[in-house]
Amino acid sequence: MLITCPYCGPRNVSEYTYQGDGNRTRPDPASTDQAAWNEYVYDRLNPAGDHHEIWQHSGGCRAHLRVTRNTLTHVVTEVSFARDAGHRKSERHRKPGAHA
Amino acid sequence: MSPRRATAGGRIDRQRTIRFTFDGHQFTGHAGDTLASALLANGVTLFGRSFKYHRPRGVMTAGVNEPNALVTIVNGGVREPNIPATTVEIFDGLTAESQNRFPTLSYDIGALNQLGGRLLSAGFYYKTFMGPVIGPLKGTRLWMACEYFIRRAAGLGSAGLEKDPARYERMNAFCDVLVVGSGPAGLMAAQAAAESGARVILAELEAVPGGSANWSDEAIDGMPAAKWASSAVGKLKALENVRLLPRTTVWGYYDDNTLAAVERVTDHKSAPAKGEPRHRHWTIRAQTVVLATGALERPLVFPGNDRPGVMLADAARRYVNQFGVLPGEKIAIFTNNDSAYRAAHALKKAGAAIVAIIDLRREVSDAARQIAASVVGEHLTGHAVVATEGGKQVSGIKVQPFDIATASVSGDPRSLHADCLLVSGGWSPTIHLASQAGLKPVWIEQLQAFLPPQPTQKWLAAGAITGSFSTQEAISQGHAAGAKAADSKSAEPGDLPIADADSLDPCPAPIFEIKAPGKAFVDHQHDVTADDVRLAHREGFVSVEHLKRYTTLGMATDQGKTSNVPGLAIMAETLGKPIPEVGTTRFRPPFAPVSVGALAAERYGDIRPERLTPMHDWHVENGATLYAAGLWHRPMIYGLAGETVEQAYVRETKAVRGGVGLVDVSTLGKIAVQGPDAAAFLDRVYTNMFSTLAVGKARYGLMLREDGFVLDDGTTWRLGEHDFLMTTTTANAGKVMQHLEYLLDVVWPELRVHLTSVTDQWAGAAISGPKSREVLAACVTGTAVDNDALPFMGIVHGEIDGAPVMICRLSFSGELAYEVYCGAGHGTHVWATLMKGGENFGIVPYGLEALGTMRIEKGHVTGAEIDGRTTARDLHLDWMLSKKKPFIGSAMMDREGLLAEDRLQLVGIISLDNRPLNGGAHIVEHLDEANPHGSIGHLTAACYSPVLGRYIGLALVSGGKARHGSRAFVSDPLRRRFGPIEIVSHHFYDPEGSRMHG
Ligand SMILES: [Zn+2]
Repeated sequence: MLITCPYCGPRNVSEYTYQGDGNRTRPDPASTDQAAWNEYVYDRLNPAGDHHEIWQHSGGCRAHLRVTRNTLTHVVTEVSFARDAGHRKSERHRKPGAHA
Repeated sequence: MSPRRATAGGRIDRQRTIRFTFDGHQFTGHAGDTLASALLANGVTLFGRSFKYHRPRGVMTAGVNEPNALVTIVNGGVREPNIPATTVEIFDGLTAESQNRFPTLSYDIGALNQLGGRLLSAGFYYKTFMGPVIGPLKGTRLWMACEYFIRRAAGLGSAGLEKDPARYERMNAFCDVLVVGSGPAGLMAAQAAAESGARVILAELEAVPGGSANWSDEAIDGMPAAKWASSAVGKLKALENVRLLPRTTVWGYYDDNTLAAVERVTDHKSAPAKGEPRHRHWTIRAQTVVLATGALERPLVFPGNDRPGVMLADAARRYVNQFGVLPGEKIAIFTNNDSAYRAAHALKKAGAAIVAIIDLRREVSDAARQIAASVVGEHLTGHAVVATEGGKQVSGIKVQPFDIATASVSGDPRSLHADCLLVSGGWSPTIHLASQAGLKPVWIEQLQAFLPPQPTQKWLAAGAITGSFSTQEAISQGHAAGAKAADSKSAEPGDLPIADADSLDPCPAPIFEIKAPGKAFVDHQHDVTADDVRLAHREGFVSVEHLKRYTTLGMATDQGKTSNVPGLAIMAETLGKPIPEVGTTRFRPPFAPVSVGALAAERYGDIRPERLTPMHDWHVENGATLYAAGLWHRPMIYGLAGETVEQAYVRETKAVRGGVGLVDVSTLGKIAVQGPDAAAFLDRVYTNMFSTLAVGKARYGLMLREDGFVLDDGTTWRLGEHDFLMTTTTANAGKVMQHLEYLLDVVWPELRVHLTSVTDQWAGAAISGPKSREVLAACVTGTAVDNDALPFMGIVHGEIDGAPVMICRLSFSGELAYEVYCGAGHGTHVWATLMKGGENFGIVPYGLEALGTMRIEKGHVTGAEIDGRTTARDLHLDWMLSKKKPFIGSAMMDREGLLAEDRLQLVGIISLDNRPLNGGAHIVEHLDEANPHGSIGHLTAACYSPVLGRYIGLALVSGGKARHGSRAFVSDPLRRRFGPIEIVSHHFYDPEGSRMHG
């Protein structure tokens, strides 16, 4: 697998560390909504197809990247700095019943 | 002269004789021989015993597709089993053994399994090992005993127990064009791509590039094909932009045109040259791949088709043309296509007698007829072989008239004398890699074969893999593919070499099996017969994938290279469906077995990277015994002559508590946390406050994970308003860095904080003990170090003999203590100066054992207690959980299960029988040595405590705090350590902390 880091260019997947589902939004730090925290900490989307993921270029510039990857074909269609996407709300929604 | 070596011919070096051993007997061969060709030349036909039935087996092929002739290569104490003799190049001193026989290959007790054949039919593993579920034997151990013997009898070679001393290495490579296979198509592709300037890698699994050119009788450009090939290889070798990799099997095709290959660098040598690895693993990323992997001949399925002396027709052609070896003297040929007639021609020319050609087809091409007429013997068209005769070697065959339309035999069988039967059931393009990087393979009726699928990655196919089997087509396809792969505009097909070859058509009659009484093998390596396939179908296995797993067809080490298509054809017939509707199973990596050593390479053994502290050489020179902690090497003890480890660390501990000692703490993780929002950031990641910390002070901090469990602990020093130096435990340095980077990049990108790992930039030494202040006062200039200038958790800057240092007064040992940091380059100088300055105070260097002892006595936690399952409360660190602010983990840490009273909690343990305790031992309320059970927790660390004069430990025990003062037992059945203990507070020593504050 090849991921094109916006900073370093195309690099082998072995330079990256998978950092999980990129569709999660951390609740407000002061929130006491246990369901929201449960969802953030434990729920993961697992689509067959395009998936938003966070990968860290740990063997390179160490930036976290927001990667759109097809879980069936491993084709990566979009890569951007997670830092820039950080404020964006997830545009994907969990399936009904996906709560723990 | 060897009995089966032709007097002339072949591409072996007859001037060079090589001596090797097979099953304890000395043999000779020539340079260029494989183990199979050399043994055949010596008249050896029996190579091994089969998997289940222990039937005698010979050589069926001449290459990587060999299912039968598996041997164990013995090199000193190292045994490498299941290597096809057809792929082993002989060298002086080679030692090989046959497999799966007892006591010897010729007299094998296991052959009795043939009588019990019904017991070992399809699915025998599943059926036999279930045992009776009803009846008188239900639940008895009888079946377990049977299983032992059957498992012992059924199998392949056995590996040795010796450690493999060979070295392996990994390489990464990049190229514009990777060509897999170096037959005429591959050579032309490499040449065309190289000419246009592309960076080319040409990988060939055999020792000598050239593929079929090495054993065809054809001519290319007016010279023997083999000569043409070697001159083409010579030209490629001379090019700067071409890398030639012989003995290299490309075994996997992965995402983004990444291919995996293994190069056997020294397997063909008596001894490797200096620095040479045994195998080299290649990860090759190619812009475009040209697959010129050729085709593999298929056998036919008929009774007795596994007897030694039955061989694929093209393999025999290779043995005679490349190795000058005749596989027999009186040879019969059995075929459903024209290609086998080439073997008849070659063997006749080399001096063998062709007894008969038995062709399933009634109608045969003129070209084939002409060859049949010229090689004498009988030409039996419309006939089939229905049996082979002989014991450990074919002595004759039985033939019968055969009708293709009904696929059945008629009339009476008649016998023919022959000592070798060559078989051809058509050709299967070698589509393994193509299939790994493509959609579904395409069934072509005319060829009765699967062709490469639609690519899903960037590859082109050329030569026999495409289903066109003529050398001229291989040349033109190879050239076109190479030029296209290199994006060349200057393809000039007019200049292509001209092949002078026969016009035999390899399209076979659609017959895979001759049905007649007797065992007819489909998968020779796993002993799967045609009847096994039908039995599995009758038992309800109708999907190919299930059938494969149930019968184990195609699942042996050869991955079914000779059996997949015939097996599929028999399944299709049984199911009453056409082959393409039954489908093919997916080809998965590896194409051929890969050594585990090549995959592990430098990740294992003596070339693993190691991390050394700046003071490492000093430790070694001063008698330290080193201890591997992750990649770090740290002093364990500085033992004196004759001291045990315990004596050494007890002496070091006493010296520290009574005077002063110095320990290397450079391995602690160190992260510079800098920026206007650094303090706010630390407030969010630590459970306690850091924004209130004064500049020039340090504070102990605790970090949780998002789920509320403890992540790590350490001290963080405020060096400036916006400048913090965070320390982490040695083991978690990388994990904490990644955790913080994630938070800043993904969760709080608005925070203006920069992180820098500075672990390797700082050397650290902790000086501990009541006299540590006096030593510092004697060594440090530029700052005072008294209690006012440097109070507990204070930081000062100064110099030690000219080297700038930063000193923080903090304690892990519980004594008055300081950590002295300096630039890594000054580490040894500062360390040596402190040791020298401490001489008058009796300073000792101390290692991890003494450090660990003092932290156990103090009840400090480390990675053994912060094991990912403990909370701050479990470790009695809840005083560090701020109620004034949210922090990572604060929302999840109060969940019901994390507050339960019976959770494992940190306690101290005292051995009551005065014997040492072991980390990892269980703690039980009631001792039951015979049947250990009822664990209430486990020891995380243990030592002899000089201050208590007892063996003590730390432990995580269920409801631990409530058990203080109670008795229990250690139960450690693996180490046979059982005995009484007392559960106490984890603060064994100076719980008020008066010593370190003094
Ligand atoms: Zn990068």
